[in-house]
Parts: sequence; C-alpha cells; structure tokens
Amino acid sequence: MLDVQTIRKDFPMLNGKKMQGYPLVYFDNGATTLKPQCVIDAVCDYYMYYSGNAHRGDYDLSHEVDQRYENARDQIQYFINASRREEIVFTSGSTDSLNLVAFGFAQHYLQANDEILLTVAEHASNILPWFEVAKNAGAKVRYIELDEKGRLTLESVKKAITQNTKLISIAWVTNVLGFEAPMKEICQYAHEKGIIVVCDGAQSVPHIATNVQDVDVDFLAFSGHKMCGPTGIGVLYGKYDLLCQTYPVRLGGGSNSRFNSCGIVSLKNPPYKFEAGTPHIEGAIGLGKACEYLHHIGMKTIHEYEISLRQYCLQKMKTLDNVEIYNEDSNGAIAFNIKGVFSQDAASLFNTYGIAVRSGQHCAKILDEFLGVSQTLRVSFYFYNTKEEVDHFIEICKKGDDFLDAFFG
Amino acid sequence: MHSLDNPAILREIIMDHYSNPRNRGLVDDESYEQINMNSDTCIDNLDIQLKMDNDTIEDIRFDGEACAICTSSTSIMSELLIGKTKAEALEIIENYMNMIYERDYDEKLLEEAIAFKNTHKQANRIKCATLGWNGITKLIEGE
Repeated sequence: MLDVQTIRKDFPMLNGKKMQGYPLVYFDNGATTLKPQCVIDAVCDYYMYYSGNAHRGDYDLSHEVDQRYENARDQIQYFINASRREEIVFTSGSTDSLNLVAFGFAQHYLQANDEILLTVAEHASNILPWFEVAKNAGAKVRYIELDEKGRLTLESVKKAITQNTKLISIAWVTNVLGFEAPMKEICQYAHEKGIIVVCDGAQSVPHIATNVQDVDVDFLAFSGHKMCGPTGIGVLYGKYDLLCQTYPVRLGGGSNSRFNSCGIVSLKNPPYKFEAGTPHIEGAIGLGKACEYLHHIGMKTIHEYEISLRQYCLQKMKTLDNVEIYNEDSNGAIAFNIKGVFSQDAASLFNTYGIAVRSGQHCAKILDEFLGVSQTLRVSFYFYNTKEEVDHFIEICKKGDDFLDAFFG
Repeated sequence: MHSLDNPAILREIIMDHYSNPRNRGLVDDESYEQINMNSDTCIDNLDIQLKMDNDTIEDIRFDGEACAICTSSTSIMSELLIGKTKAEALEIIENYMNMIYERDYDEKLLEEAIAFKNTHKQANRIKCATLGWNGITKLIEGE
C-alpha cells in the first residue's frame, strides 16, 4: 500500500504552493511531473560539490563526475531492465530520442515504398519526424486503425501490416486516451515479419513497470521530467546491434575517438557516439535518482494506486450530468469535456480554484479525426495525487456552467 | 454600484456575445480584406474580414472556432468599430489593449468591451481576449 501523505512530504511543490489562492492541485502530470527533494538535491549537489565536465579531465574531480554520470546510466538500465548499460543513450527527452531513431536509424534503413505504421492517437513527436523521414526515404506513412474505444489491438496491427511494412512506431500508453498497447504481443508478431518496433514510452515508463527485454521492443523513447526527473534529459533505449547501425544526428566532441584533416572520422561505440558535446550532466544524475526513487516506492504499487485513484474520480464524474468522458476504460489520463463549455474556458475555471488541468488537443492533432471533437480537457494523475484533491476537482466540475467565474471570481 | 463594476452584468455581456455573436459569418466579396488569426498555443482560429469605405470602417465579419472569451471579444470588437474612422478605431483598440495590459485607459471608449477588464487575472487568457483585436489592427494598418 502506498502512503500518499508520507510521499507528499517529499515534494516541495505540494507543501505550500498556491495557485489563485488555493493549494495547488496538480492534475497535469501527462505534461510534466513535480520533483521530489531527493532529485532536487541530486541536481543541486552537482553544482554545489562536484561541478566539472564528464569524460574530459585527468583529475579527481572529473573522475567523480564521470562516475556519477555513468552511475545514472546504470540506474536507468536497471529501471527498464536493459541487458547492457551501453543501450541507454542520454538525449534531451522523448522528442529528441524519437528524432534520433527516425533520422539516425530509419532514414538509412528504409527504402523507397517501404511503409511506416503509426496510429492517429500519437503525439506530434511520434508523427512529425516520420512524415519527414518518409519524404526523404520515399517511404509511406500509414495508420493502424484504433478500435471503437480508441484502443490499439494486436488484430488491428495484423490487419495494417503489409509486405512493405518495415517499421512500426507507437505509444506504449497514449497521451490523451491513456490506453496501453499490447506491446509484447505486437513486438512478437512484428519480429516474425522482420519489422522494427519503435515505442514512445513518454506516458508509460513513468507509470508502469518497464522490462525492455521481456517486451523485446527494439527502441524505446522516454523523458525524465514526466517521471519526477529534471527537464531537458531523456533516454533512447535501443538494442545494441541496432544502435550500432544507427548514425548520430549530431557530431562533435566526445562522440569520436579520432579524426584527421581528410575527414576520416572514427566514431566511438554506442552510446557515446550519440552524446556529442558536454552532456546534461546534472540532468542525467537527477534522472538516475528519480529512477531510484520510483523503484523504491515500486512501479507496481504506483500503477495500482493510480488506477484506484482514476476509478474513484471516474465514478464521481459519471454521477455528473454535465460531464462527457471519452475514455472510461483506459488506465491513463481522463479525457473529458464539460458539456457546452469550450475546453479552454473550463480550464480557466479550474485554474481559478487552484487546479491545473490541460485543455486543447494535447499535441495529438489528428486524434480529433477519431474522437469527433476537436478539443478536450485532460486530467492526468500521478502517485502523489489524493482522493481529497479529486473531491475538490469534482466540486468544480459541477460549476461548469459558471465557467465565466474565472473572469469575475 | 457602477453597473460596469457589476460582475453579473459583465458576465451577461460575454455570454450574450458568445451565444449570439454579432457579425459572424464570412462574406464572399472581394471588396473585403481578410486575415486568418490562429493561436500558437490553443485552438482559437478565426478568419476576420474588413470592408473600408474611404476612411470609415463599413463592415467587419468573422468566423471560425474559438472559446467564449475569444468569440465574445471579437463580436464586441466588430460592433464597436463598425462606422468608426480609422483613427477612431485605432484609438479604441489602443485603449482596449491598455485595459488588457493593466495600463490607464478611457472606459467610455470601450463600452461593452469593458467586460474583459479582468483578463489579467487569468493571464493565459490574454491571447484569447486579443486575437480578434490584433487581427483587425493588422487589417486596418495594412489598408
């Protein structure tokens, strides 16, 4: 059992921060998450006690930085159960990771007329790079159909695959509807057909236990800041042999072992060939600490708690006549609207009472073609949210018709 | 209490223009200048049309998908500016922007647009309350 009150003490933002005069109720965890003190300390300690560059100096201080930076890689390897530490590439976040797979791997791997499969529920960062890569490689982007509830099923994946399909890139958990894809089954089926599977883990890795070896995914992208870590740091996991086939998209110091004036460059091995330039050292160390913190609470415990909080919220929302819910059956964010109220007007009303919720299209700009509504509200929980916060949120849902209170409150 | 300080009346003004926007719907007429205004950060997306008669604003039309604040502020703007000269219109717009950004302004010039005087309390809504106004400014100044 998760003791939420004890956990909340770890988060400075949950102890005194107010918004519009109310204690902050932070329900926009799909966008980013709050940071526990241990992560903040890990970041600050680098600045306070051992600032220096990584992999660059012949003195004790630099060695200490190297050790802590590489230790973070080990913590992340352990957290997602990768088979080798070299399979963890530090990036600036999921967007950066997906762009690296797209331009560093797929653009070279794909041939004319090959097909890339996506879904309409994907985040912009798992669509736009593929449009560009498809254009450059002469390949085609096609979409796997979602079922009537918005879920991705193995059957629909099977139906979408043709003999030209070479790569599938999908979210493990989608950012608006929050459905979990059957990744293991999809990977197994795709691999039988020789298809590479890329996974956007931005909304899954923070919430459910990740075991890349068990699922057998080829590439996995995720962001630090959505899992209690710092902003500006993320990870691309890739199977080692695939990372060896991946070209760096940024070149510079630290990524090569030697080069000469004729332009002959010998690149380092993964992951270092992708990490040119001084890395986000304190970000990586903070993310390593965040992984340790989440692991200590337990990803299973976190997931179960979030499901129970979601159920609690959903049951209360369903008693309200003025609320329309679009994804009752998922385990992720709740996508909904207050009937007759434009989503952004409603979000302002929640803001007036100290509640942070997201409105609009949530970077999933082609999902409206599926949902039939152009914009929604989204509440997304994390393990530090409480039933009391949900109760406060429900009271404000009831005020939906008075949404202009936001202007005159 | 001054009626313009009564939140119920201000709310009524916004709701009235949101549920029944004035001058909504575009016309297919080449004597109108047209501009598309869409917010980078939210869904607000309006087309605005302006017809001048020499120095006077003869007509303003708008259409698109937008929230209550954006729709009603644009509707009020259109009513307020039709029939005004270019100089009068720009003065009203300047006073409106002053109100939005908490500078001194002449409320007599703004009539119903005064309903948006609290926008600064919800800073993320400033874009909604100014999208239509910025659009018409571009059209007037582009003339």
